[in-house]
Amino acid sequence: MNLLRLVFKNIFRHKLRSMLTILGIAVTILAFGLLRTLIAAWYAGVEASADNRLITRNSVSFIFPLPLAYRDQIANVPGVSQVTYANWFQGIYIDQNQFFPRMGVDAETLFESYPEFLITADELAEFKKERNAAVVGSIIAQRYNLHLGDIMQIKGDIYPGEYEFVIRGIYRPRDSKTDATQMFFHWDYLNEHAKEIGYEANMVGWYIITVDDPDQSAVISEAVDALFHNSRAETKTETEAAFAHSFISMSDAILKSINAISIIIIGIIILVLANTMAMTARERMQEYAVLKTLGFPGAFLTYLIYGEALLISVLGGIIGILLTFPLARGVQEAVPAGYFPVFDVTAGTILLCALAVLIVSIFSSAYPVWKARSQTIVDGLRQIG
Amino acid sequence: MKNIPFTYSIRNLFARRITFVLTLSGIALVVFVFCAVLMLAHGLQKTMVDTGSKNNVLLFRKGSDSELSSGVNRELVNVIATLPQIAEDNAGHPMLSSEVVVIINLNRKGIGDMGNVSARGVTPETAFELRKDMKIVEGRRFKPGSREIIIGKAIRQRFQNTDIGQTIKFGGDEWTIVGIHEAKGSAFESEVWGDVDQMMQAFNRQGAYSSVTVRLNSPADTASLNQNLESDNRLLTIKAESEPDYYRRQSRFLVIFIRVLGLSITFIFSIGAVIGAMITMYAAVANRTREIGILRALGFRRRSVLTAFLVESIILSLIGGGIGILMASFLQFLSFSTINFGTFSDITFGYILSSQTVLATFIFAVFMGIVGGFLPAVRASRQDILGALRAG
Repeated sequence: MNLLRLVFKNIFRHKLRSMLTILGIAVTILAFGLLRTLIAAWYAGVEASADNRLITRNSVSFIFPLPLAYRDQIANVPGVSQVTYANWFQGIYIDQNQFFPRMGVDAETLFESYPEFLITADELAEFKKERNAAVVGSIIAQRYNLHLGDIMQIKGDIYPGEYEFVIRGIYRPRDSKTDATQMFFHWDYLNEHAKEIGYEANMVGWYIITVDDPDQSAVISEAVDALFHNSRAETKTETEAAFAHSFISMSDAILKSINAISIIIIGIIILVLANTMAMTARERMQEYAVLKTLGFPGAFLTYLIYGEALLISVLGGIIGILLTFPLARGVQEAVPAGYFPVFDVTAGTILLCALAVLIVSIFSSAYPVWKARSQTIVDGLRQIG
Repeated sequence: MKNIPFTYSIRNLFARRITFVLTLSGIALVVFVFCAVLMLAHGLQKTMVDTGSKNNVLLFRKGSDSELSSGVNRELVNVIATLPQIAEDNAGHPMLSSEVVVIINLNRKGIGDMGNVSARGVTPETAFELRKDMKIVEGRRFKPGSREIIIGKAIRQRFQNTDIGQTIKFGGDEWTIVGIHEAKGSAFESEVWGDVDQMMQAFNRQGAYSSVTVRLNSPADTASLNQNLESDNRLLTIKAESEPDYYRRQSRFLVIFIRVLGLSITFIFSIGAVIGAMITMYAAVANRTREIGILRALGFRRRSVLTAFLVESIILSLIGGGIGILMASFLQFLSFSTINFGTFSDITFGYILSSQTVLATFIFAVFMGIVGGFLPAVRASRQDILGALRAG
């Protein structure tokens, strides 16, 4: 088609300018893509949550524990199929910058409640047998070069003391949403230690409840909380997704800022491309007048100018999106494990980038299109570039 | 031959209004974000560091990173009180406040989501002496031995049911709000304060405080205080850190996060703005090919031409930088609240524009101008006279 050929030839008239514009768009789309990926990573905890799991914690806040005795009471609530529990241990592994979740868990039931953590039957059996055995996620195993049988030395901070764990299992993530950066060991081991250092024994951090029917979550949550109403340790039960979401909403000011910056980025792309298109149109006012004289309708000019803007922004956009993948990988490898357990460029992010490219091309060609169409033929012919 | 007049560069900038405005806006937006990031990081750091007073030292358990994971046994406080470095008040009592810090959940205004708030139990008699900046702006202080609390200004603004006379339920009991406090914008404004013994009892802490804060006779005594801690067997598990150092450490993750994230993103998209400036300057050079020829024919040297174009680009970036900083300066009217990764609780801080930030931002802007203008300026200066005069 003539129009397409014309658009294509036009972007080669100022090779340097077109190349620079494409490069500018590529870089800014890259920044945009990275920010969207970061926001998606923030929500990874919500994405990874199963809809048949509930979390029960102390209603005052998550730093207060609950008695182990609650376990059987919760298990008796109708609709509850399984109850497991965990304690946040934290500790210092190597140094204070190695941040990934380290928890004391019920070795017997944890992996049944979390089917997305894949572990072989042999490894699981080995893990259950030994008092100070531990299981780590495959990402952690890879990053710290840990193998089965290796010892992890961890200094306790919340639970002071020196700890040695033997790795008896390495769990793999079921899919890309699963967090493979955690470490689990026996809650019993932690409990014994807690007694030794004079802490209150038989306390757990939170319960993880598996329900038969996710639609009953609200009813079951209320039933659980009602059990312990007016007790010394009241509970708050919510779906795993709501629990994960409450952590995100605590830093929503940061998320809002990132959102604002990503909008500013789109503004900058528009400015760069609009600048190029304004220059291009200004130089070609005479040509547009000639085209009009020859009888081409105004719509043709619109397609011509908009087509050029679209072609440039699409080329820049594609390069930018392609660059986002390796860079996102680089970011994930550069930051400490556990900061962003999942840092994948999602389909949604790519879609948003594509949308941004479209918006940019429309906004940046608006003025030149208007100018070219409203210019009279005589004025256009008279104009000097 | 003299240099090309400065006004030549300035006038040329305004010759093409649309291009000028578009390029300027691009630079201004990048500068705005760059400046905002620096202001935010600085605001957080200042809030946290200002929370501490140089004469105050925090004593907590070795190996724990924060008050939240620390524990200091009740018996040890009596030992600590005898340390000679601790200042005494007029009545001859050691200036020492044993404190407990926990996190409680409150519902936020508006969306109603739950937020983490630091609740601090303090020794009523001394805590206010130790923190001179703490001022009650409404109501009164909590009464020792009662289930009363005072609430920081920042919390009152952000969380539901935090007016005087209302109650908050935690630790199996209702606590009545009797006062609102301010603390010169420091982190204490994001805390709830009450009587330490009441809170210990309510939270069933079994005799372990989170930390002990003491006033030293002089900040220089920290070293000898640490020696005393090392030499006393009972205090071997305790470590001392000055308050400003402690609070700076509590904010370091968030500060690093804001800086690294903000600046790396700004860096990437500043490339976009630089390319915008480059396009503009290349166009300026191309449109003025004949002019450049004339300038060279008049005897201006290549270097003068190069400088003139580079100056043009730098002026562009300086104006853009000025606009960006001006826009960013309005952020000072806003405050920013988020969870502090170090303390797991809500902290409110402001955007602070310091002279260093202004300087850094202008340097950044000029850098963008130089990078964007250099290649076009080189092209301008390389034109041969005859070819340029013959062009367009």
